[in-house]
Amino acid sequence: MSKAATLEKPAADKAKKPKLRIATTSLSGCFGCHTSFLDIDERILQLVEIAEFDRSPITDIKHCGPCDIGIIEGGVCNAENVHVLREFRANCKTLIAIGACAINGGLPALRNHLDVTDCLTRVYCDRAGGKNHTVPNDPELPLLLEKVHPINEVVRIDYFVPGCPPSGDAIWKFLTDLITGRMPRLDHELLRFD
Amino acid sequence: MSDHPSKGGNALQAILEKNHFNPTRLVQILREVQDREGWLSEITLTDIAQGLSLPISRVRSTANFYSFFYTRPVGQYRVLFSDNITDRMQGSTQLFEHMLARLKLTENQTSADGAVSVARTSCTGMCDQGPAMLVNNRAVTRLTPRRVDEICDLIKAGLPLSSWPNYYFKIENNIRRRDVLLSANWDPGEALRAAIARGPQGMLNELKLSNLRGRGGAGFTTAIKWEAARTAPGTARYVVCNADEGEPGTFKDRVLLQRYPGHVFEGMTIAGYVIGAAKGFLYLRGEYSYLLEALEAHLDGLRRSNLLGQNICGVEGFNFDIEIHMGAGAYICGEETALIESLEGKPGKPRIRPPFPVTYGYLGQPTTVNNVETLCKTLEIAINGGAEYAGQGTKQSTGTKILSVSGDVELPGIYEYPFGVKVSQILEDCGARDVQAVQVSGAAGICLSPREFGRRIAFEDVPTAGSFMVFGPKRDMFEMARNFAHFFAHESCGFCTPCRVGTSIISNIMDKIAAGHGTQYEMNELGRLTNVIRGSAHCGLGTASCNAIADTVQKFRATYEAKIRPVDFEPSFDLDKALAKTRAVAGRDDADAHLETSVGAH
Repeated sequence: MSKAATLEKPAADKAKKPKLRIATTSLSGCFGCHTSFLDIDERILQLVEIAEFDRSPITDIKHCGPCDIGIIEGGVCNAENVHVLREFRANCKTLIAIGACAINGGLPALRNHLDVTDCLTRVYCDRAGGKNHTVPNDPELPLLLEKVHPINEVVRIDYFVPGCPPSGDAIWKFLTDLITGRMPRLDHELLRFD
Repeated sequence: MSDHPSKGGNALQAILEKNHFNPTRLVQILREVQDREGWLSEITLTDIAQGLSLPISRVRSTANFYSFFYTRPVGQYRVLFSDNITDRMQGSTQLFEHMLARLKLTENQTSADGAVSVARTSCTGMCDQGPAMLVNNRAVTRLTPRRVDEICDLIKAGLPLSSWPNYYFKIENNIRRRDVLLSANWDPGEALRAAIARGPQGMLNELKLSNLRGRGGAGFTTAIKWEAARTAPGTARYVVCNADEGEPGTFKDRVLLQRYPGHVFEGMTIAGYVIGAAKGFLYLRGEYSYLLEALEAHLDGLRRSNLLGQNICGVEGFNFDIEIHMGAGAYICGEETALIESLEGKPGKPRIRPPFPVTYGYLGQPTTVNNVETLCKTLEIAINGGAEYAGQGTKQSTGTKILSVSGDVELPGIYEYPFGVKVSQILEDCGARDVQAVQVSGAAGICLSPREFGRRIAFEDVPTAGSFMVFGPKRDMFEMARNFAHFFAHESCGFCTPCRVGTSIISNIMDKIAAGHGTQYEMNELGRLTNVIRGSAHCGLGTASCNAIADTVQKFRATYEAKIRPVDFEPSFDLDKALAKTRAVAGRDDADAHLETSVGAH
């Protein structure tokens, strides 16, 4: 059913319209949602007919420019995540949270019941054998936030696609709905939380 | 199996024996054991499970469900401040903080010597004489800074509650306006004999004529309920009186039970006579445990005068007795199927309906569950007949209704009016001036603004379970809605996701707005979540949980708008502060080690 969803448009229309710009990123995630995104398989060819990628692992562009759609995987766990997320919010007309970590904090949020100072000292200072028993202080390294947060606690989010990860079909259905101007919705068989 | 003899081994055995090793009495057993031991340790729970031949998981789930059961050690004095909005309006928050400061404690913390813990609890039904607290489940009313200081001293001195001044525990009835029910002066048994003279079917016919409807809020026709329970197939039938009066701002049942216990029990007996039940339960909320002794004594009196027991009033084969079950601090048990679950010794989670209790209730048998006030009203019908009863009130709401009036009024208390009374009339009678709003029927009810004060209390217009909270000109209606949001998040039984998660998200959003971080986004979310929860929650608690928010957003929007910020979005937490710990441990203070919490409007 969802495979049948398509982005085909009249040829004349295609020529006139400028391509959509889509940016994607993974904050504190495992890139599983991106991998699942690739599960749209050959349909990605339909997608690039009408859209082009801005910042994304595919293009390796470092900073996001003005975009139509931003897709965020992963929760907010450190200062860099906050900057990237804000850059996306400032540039993307529509921002989508994708996957369990972006929506609820997910697996990284399991550290939320531990004390972050305790975590860092145990990992860096209490290890046997190491010489320099301090927590690294290089400004290049983003500082961890005390807790891992879902992304909608830091910026406004327009849509949420649950799943760990959501299937390629679910992502395709959601995107095609959004691009063709339908109310994005996932039916029962595409909606999953695991 | 039990290698660790629990300290009250024999006492526990005695309690189990007294309860006939009956697993359906688990809630009662847990309460009695806890009264003895102070709290319920894992060892105690295991012993109870073995004694009752129940899986430990069953015992644990029940012990963990009710907020008045403690599975961790608590203070010798457990102080719980009633946290209804009316208590807050009377200054309970300041008193609560004052007490914590005096005892050098934080909320929910037990003092190092194990003497005392101070926390908050949902409305304790003392709104007309608040602010109120419960000390070891005994209600102390009319708190003042001075009284709190005295209580702190008594606790520090380690004096038992029994030697505290009596007047602390004085609970007034504050009956302000009487009508048929509150001015009745019937002899004990008069109504029951009248019902017996009419016969079960005759009494049922009178009930039908009277069109009596349930006083608990839903307004179901009592005659239909009783007839269904009478005719449903079953091996035994039960009468349950719902005295789990937990709706914030309601205290009429407390007054009825304190002042007119005979009416309540007689109403139950009439119900037993009509439906053919031999057993009745009074499910009394844990907050009213101070009433238990007097009620038990009253039951004994009724048994002695043959108004309860075997062959009541000389009617061959009419056997009926009443048992009192205590709740343990769960609002949800006011829902009839949750109440029945609790009567059966389980966590109070609402059942899926149908089947309704009238066919499948207590232990799967036909059961009527009626409100305290409804049962009292049946006496009137037994004595005076249904036709006379139907002459009062309005067409669809016959008779009189008792209201519990509290908040910004001169004379808070109990008011009995015929149905159809205008809200403005009540406000005039109770001495309320410049009223900004009235919240009718508690947290789950409806919020009325001044232009609606011409509306009438009746099932046709403004239905109510009895709560009537009045808000003066200086009150912030947002704070009322926020108080109720916290209430529902706390009282959700956790069975269905829309309610369990939804009420918590709503409560967090309300806190975010209160803290000054709310934006239009949160306002939209409140509206969206309200629709989700209303449309998908499992029981009435969930579906009603957003009423106050929807009403206040619609009628008192200005108070929300004054709080929301004109930006796209604001995080609910301080981002820079969230980096403080790692800044310290890494020893950094460079520009990249800081974050601005707000990036301004975009």
